[in-house]
Amino acid sequence: MSQSDSAAIGHVHRDDIGAKMGMWVFLFTEVLLFGGMFLVYAVYRFQHPELFKLAAFELNTALGTFNTIVLLTSSLTMVLAIVAIQKNKKKLSLFYLASTVGFALVFMAVKYFEWTAKFSHGIYPGSDELLSRQNGEILFFGLYFIMTGLHALHVIIGVIIILFLYVFVKRGKVTHDNYVKLENGGLYWHLVDLIWIFLFPLFYLIH
Amino acid sequence: MSNGTAVTAEKSFFEEGTTKQKTGILSWLLSTDHKRIGIMYLVTITIFFFVAALIGVLMRLELIAPGETIMEAQTYNTLFTLHGVIMIFLFIIPGIPAIFGNFFLPLQIGAEDVAFPRLNLLSYWIYLGGSVLVLLSLFMQGGPIDTGWTFYVPYSVRTTTSVSLPLFAAFILGFSSILTGLNFITTIHRMRAPGMGFFRMPLFVWSTYATAWIQVIATPVIAITILLVILERVFGVGIFDPSLGGDPLLFQHMFWIYSHPAVYIMILPAMGVVSEIIPTFSRRTIFGYGPIAMSSLAIAFVGYLVWAHHMFTSGISDTARVLFSLLTYIVALPSGVKIFNWVATMYKGSIDPKPPFIWVMSFIFLFSIGGLTGLVVGSITADIHLHDTYFVVAHFHYVMFGGTGTIVFAALYYWLPKMFGRMYNMKWANINAALFFIAFNLLYFPKFILGYMGMPRRYYDYLPEFTDLQVISTIGSWVMIITLFSIFFNLYNGIRKGPIAHANPWGGVTLEWQTTSPPPLLNFDRKITVEHEPYDFSQLKELDYESK
Amino acid sequence: MEQGNTEHKEHSHGYGLYVLVWLGLIALTSITVTVAGVDFGNIALPIALFIAAIKSGLVINYFMHIKFEEPIFKVFLLLSGMTLLVIFILTFFDVFYR
Repeated sequence: MSQSDSAAIGHVHRDDIGAKMGMWVFLFTEVLLFGGMFLVYAVYRFQHPELFKLAAFELNTALGTFNTIVLLTSSLTMVLAIVAIQKNKKKLSLFYLASTVGFALVFMAVKYFEWTAKFSHGIYPGSDELLSRQNGEILFFGLYFIMTGLHALHVIIGVIIILFLYVFVKRGKVTHDNYVKLENGGLYWHLVDLIWIFLFPLFYLIH
Repeated sequence: MSNGTAVTAEKSFFEEGTTKQKTGILSWLLSTDHKRIGIMYLVTITIFFFVAALIGVLMRLELIAPGETIMEAQTYNTLFTLHGVIMIFLFIIPGIPAIFGNFFLPLQIGAEDVAFPRLNLLSYWIYLGGSVLVLLSLFMQGGPIDTGWTFYVPYSVRTTTSVSLPLFAAFILGFSSILTGLNFITTIHRMRAPGMGFFRMPLFVWSTYATAWIQVIATPVIAITILLVILERVFGVGIFDPSLGGDPLLFQHMFWIYSHPAVYIMILPAMGVVSEIIPTFSRRTIFGYGPIAMSSLAIAFVGYLVWAHHMFTSGISDTARVLFSLLTYIVALPSGVKIFNWVATMYKGSIDPKPPFIWVMSFIFLFSIGGLTGLVVGSITADIHLHDTYFVVAHFHYVMFGGTGTIVFAALYYWLPKMFGRMYNMKWANINAALFFIAFNLLYFPKFILGYMGMPRRYYDYLPEFTDLQVISTIGSWVMIITLFSIFFNLYNGIRKGPIAHANPWGGVTLEWQTTSPPPLLNFDRKITVEHEPYDFSQLKELDYESK
Repeated sequence: MEQGNTEHKEHSHGYGLYVLVWLGLIALTSITVTVAGVDFGNIALPIALFIAAIKSGLVINYFMHIKFEEPIFKVFLLLSGMTLLVIFILTFFDVFYR
């Protein structure tokens, strides 16, 4: 379906607040999706507090902190891209969008090195090394891979969305008086950040 | 409305679409018109309903005598799983919101379409994709799924049958449900016609609104639960498997955190339809508009607080059992508010017992039995005896089929003339309603007794002393399937060549009756301004309605 | 809530506000990392979650603009937040007392 189809019947109506409302409702489903996993985490951490601590020592806090800062900064550049388009500074907006993607790629690269380091130590789901450990540790690493993995998947989707927005801004489909698409893309990106804000202390800061 | 605009001979939505192709299958499959999407859901859901109903008949046939009758135990395991999965995920959850919500929600609030028409079409496509995956999974290596529709771990992690694909299908179907809910919430907030405040919305809109919130807030929890089971099966991640330290009870919690509110996704829209039909055929404004509207929200909310009553015998803590049992009783309050207000609406009304109304009467009777037996299994002590017996099977069939299923038919009888502009045969509609009521009780009431006597659910075999009641139930299933086909042919004939229906055949006053049957592409031929309360029957004079 | 074209109300903020919020977020991150190094025993987790909650409050209110949206958005947010909380509490009625 393209824009022209709905134009053909002449009732394209524009409702920016409605569009944002739809986006927010969608974000709630994301919150509940991760909420379900946080529930699993909470129950298992309650059942195996000491083993969770033991397992968490193997995660690299420095890399986690670095990634947190990278993601927070990408959120800043995202919101600045919106401010720029509001002020009708198209080039600046494009620059900020590009830097957001850049930060996201840095985040993914760090994530990649973290995971491969774990793999090279024989820690991955179903590995002999992991299965030889105690139950609480198996659960911790299972959750670690699933939760950070699903988060990483959201980062990738976010990058794709932002790339689309980049094209929209460039082609003038998103302009200083019609930028709700950019705002909604931004909302999605901030949600990705928001989830990381909770993942970070729960996995990297248990001591 | 008051200016009495003559209805111009406008093209209906069947003749004018949103696509470049004017006719043919693509003018439907690519249409963003909420009415066409509603009808596409109607067709698809009808097919799945009959598939699952026939599976049910096969199961009943197996149970006509003790021992192996027509199938092996494993086949029976597969059939009850498929019956549950199809009926729940493909029929009853999308049922009323996707068919009638799509078609009538924008009409009832005086809007041209839903807020996101293209998302609406996407939602249908996702539904179709998910249902194709369910069917595909039947032919996968390992054989069709045999876990029951509840997919309980650890069995669902360990069984060699094809579990991952139907689970993924349920995941996909969840997206469809979420997108529909999201669309409806935004539509109701942003698209109401001028003059229609929140408390002038028809009650079907209110109940759809409450339902939409459950769809949005509860579905993600089952999505993640399903995803975790798939990951556990595919990658051997330790999450729920007890041998890796997992907690199978946690799966049950998360499953029911969605699936209990999902019960209200199924029943709330049905309650909304009842609140439409009763005033129309009683010619009397609804009694207790506010309480009925609020009780929908209350049910949606309380629905989140009771899930663990499905787990009384699973080994959860005593504290939790007492708490959840207590909370379960609270659900009876808003449900009772609705029932009493409906009955009070009829009091001193000018009742016109047309088929939709008769179906609603049938609903009130069957749903009350379903609801009251729910209180029986909601108390811990009784549930320990009755859990996983036919009593539970009977209870939820009275609620789901006797409640929601009945109302799917009532809604069809009520709104079919509006959707297609043609009328079905009244006499047959009445006969079918009576047959349905008899067949239903024949089919399911013996299960209460069987369950009380100790017949467990999901068994393909039973002790000889259960034979008589099992046979009665099986005979009931035959009457039922005949009735269902009879209903189908009556409605189908009505759609094909029934007499032309007027814009307002029942004398309804909500907005959908103030446009042509079937409605034009943009729903109304004029700008709608709402000047009346939703069930103000004094409008009928202005609307030139003449009862014959 | 009428049908039709409702376009943006402008709440344009300068770049400065957002940079300030970002600085706050970075500061909170360093605080939570530092605090994690100290042995607070049982209250370590509540402290970490409290800081995370403040951070998410900043992101939601400023980056996600909820502070400047219509009230109904806040009601929605509260609704889904409460639901999640209720689910956690009720599940722990089982897990805690089992």
